Amino acid sequence: MKAGATGKGKKAKTDAKEQAWNLRLYVAGQTQKSITAFANLKKICEEHLAGEYSIEVIDLVKNPQLAKGDQIIALPTLVRKLPEPIKKIIGDLANTERVLVGLDIRSARGGASQKLEAGTDFAPAPNPMR
Amino acid sequence: MVKKKHDSVVLAKCPTGIKGLDEITRGGLPQGRPTLVCGSAGCGKTLFAMEFLMHGAMQFGEPGVFMTFEETPEDLAKNFISLGFDIHDMESRGLIAMDHVRIERSEVEETGDYDLEGLFIRLGSAIDAIQAKRVVLDTIEALFAGLSNAAIVRAELRRLFHWLKARGVTAIITGESGDKLLTRYGLEEYVADCVILLDFRIKEQIATRRLRIIKYRGSSHGADEYPFLIDEGGFSILPITSLGLDYPVTNKHITTGVPKLDAMFDGKGFYRGSTVLASGSAGTGKTSLAATFADAACRRGERCLYFAFEESPSQIVRNMGSIGLDLGRWVKKGLLRLHSTRPSLYGLEMHLLTFHKLIEQFDPQVFVIDPISNLTAAGTASEVNSILTRLIDYLKMRQICAFFTDLTHLQSSLDGASEEISSLIDTWILLRAIERNGERNRGIYVLKSRGIDHSNQIQEFMLTNQGIDLIDVYTGLGEVLTGSARVAQEAEERSTELACRHEAEHRLREQELKRQALEAKIAALRAAFEEETKEVHLIAEEKRKRQAVQTESRLAMGRFREGKPSEPPAKRAKKRLKGA
Repeated sequence: MKAGATGKGKKAKTDAKEQAWNLRLYVAGQTQKSITAFANLKKICEEHLAGEYSIEVIDLVKNPQLAKGDQIIALPTLVRKLPEPIKKIIGDLANTERVLVGLDIRSARGGASQKLEAGTDFAPAPNPMR
Repeated sequence: MVKKKHDSVVLAKCPTGIKGLDEITRGGLPQGRPTLVCGSAGCGKTLFAMEFLMHGAMQFGEPGVFMTFEETPEDLAKNFISLGFDIHDMESRGLIAMDHVRIERSEVEETGDYDLEGLFIRLGSAIDAIQAKRVVLDTIEALFAGLSNAAIVRAELRRLFHWLKARGVTAIITGESGDKLLTRYGLEEYVADCVILLDFRIKEQIATRRLRIIKYRGSSHGADEYPFLIDEGGFSILPITSLGLDYPVTNKHITTGVPKLDAMFDGKGFYRGSTVLASGSAGTGKTSLAATFADAACRRGERCLYFAFEESPSQIVRNMGSIGLDLGRWVKKGLLRLHSTRPSLYGLEMHLLTFHKLIEQFDPQVFVIDPISNLTAAGTASEVNSILTRLIDYLKMRQICAFFTDLTHLQSSLDGASEEISSLIDTWILLRAIERNGERNRGIYVLKSRGIDHSNQIQEFMLTNQGIDLIDVYTGLGEVLTGSARVAQEAEERSTELACRHEAEHRLREQELKRQALEAKIAALRAAFEEETKEVHLIAEEKRKRQAVQTESRLAMGRFREGKPSEPPAKRAKKRLKGA
């Protein structure tokens, strides 16, 4: 996946009616790890949570003060803001199985992931290297 | 931002502001480098680090970032307000930035590769926000507990310390001590410039905190274990080594408080800044002597710090009232501070630190410890000796006159402990109990007094309700008598003297009478003699008259025989005429 340069696209939402899954991905610039993590996340969400999720990518290089709020140390970190409770997954999300466990997708959703709603639009963080 | 290597020919130091530490490290921690502070739980790592930041922000104009991995900033603020550090206030003034890093392993899932860039970013943003020059990471080892991939954590820590150096901040990283390594996770591997070990050990139920600089690259430093104290004033470290023997001296004297004792010291008393030891067995009046000395200091308007290891302040005040000393008024006036603790309350070093702290606070001219022998309850004799050496050196530096009392065992005039410290003492007074004739009296004499021509006599030491009095003991007839024996002896002498005087007077009177009798005799004799003389004169006159008469009659006879009266004829004629 490539980092899109969508201006102020810090927040990129799916246009679904209710964002049951509110995810936040903290990264630090366009590193290989960030790119990999986002691609992995996107893939997993599309497969399991299509239409029900929103992904917010926060680039800490741009907004370092945001790291405190979610207690971010390791990068990349994926934070499940909703549904509660908050869950954190660190790493490049390469292990899909663990991500699903970590996000509780398996248990929470059961087999309900067949809803395939289109319109998942994603704009990653602006290029910090600029 | 990259630090130039070549300008560190002389290692720049970052003063910590922690009492004593800057002396030990000859200026502070290595500037712009990380320092590892390690120790077991509860040894004061967090306090050490916090003081470093607080002093930096308040005294040296260096704002600091405190990144805590364990306690929350709220807890820290609560804990440190009691030490006088208002963290919230400091934060609002932009002098301190707090960041609480919380990692809960159970809340975090790890999948794949990651780094700790988030930590760097947080730290970096906090440093930038307040232009911090100092950073504390307390305790970064929590990362090992929070993250399962130790390899990543290690690599990132290595990077972090390089990064801190590159930012030029002076950092303190705390670490829990481990079994074989200095820290549980071997942080010393990464922090190579300066490592400080805090130790908290308990020996015979007495706790002593100690600090040791394990290494300090590029700088000389004190290598000993330094005791330190944590109290309401925060962290203070005591340079354990002696200050040396190059203190200033004075020729001024101060009175002992007992005029007759002054007289034993050439009429001058002790030297100011000298060390006085009063040894004696129980009940020989050591405390009274010490209190009198303290009282005299207060009378001069000087401050006196009185450490009592046996009695409470109010008990001392009460008891000294019985010998006419009103110590209470000096306490009220703020000239006298009585400080009572049990010697076993804490370790010797702690006592020494307490002495130092109170001396610095109170700045006394006279310092009393009553008694020093009790300190052996908190340590061995050699430890006491070392503590006293340091204390005395410190007191001499400040020209404080020290008065120690020392409890010796009954009958043994000089105790082992006293002998050991003898070389430290300038003036040594010995109080002795003299038992004789069923009573016990006190004697006092000066064992030594450096630089003062002192008396070699034993004096009797009396505690009266007017204070201490010294009396010359009876030294006649080749023996020394004190107390009632002395009094009896004196009375006897007085009566003998009186008898002598009476006898002399009596004899004088007798002699006078004799003289009078003699004179009367002389007068009588003289009278007789005069009488005799008169008689003799009379007889002589008679004889002369008779002679004259005889002569005349002989002449007349002759005339008659020769018919030529030798008598003037006129007379005769007349006679004849008359007769005719």
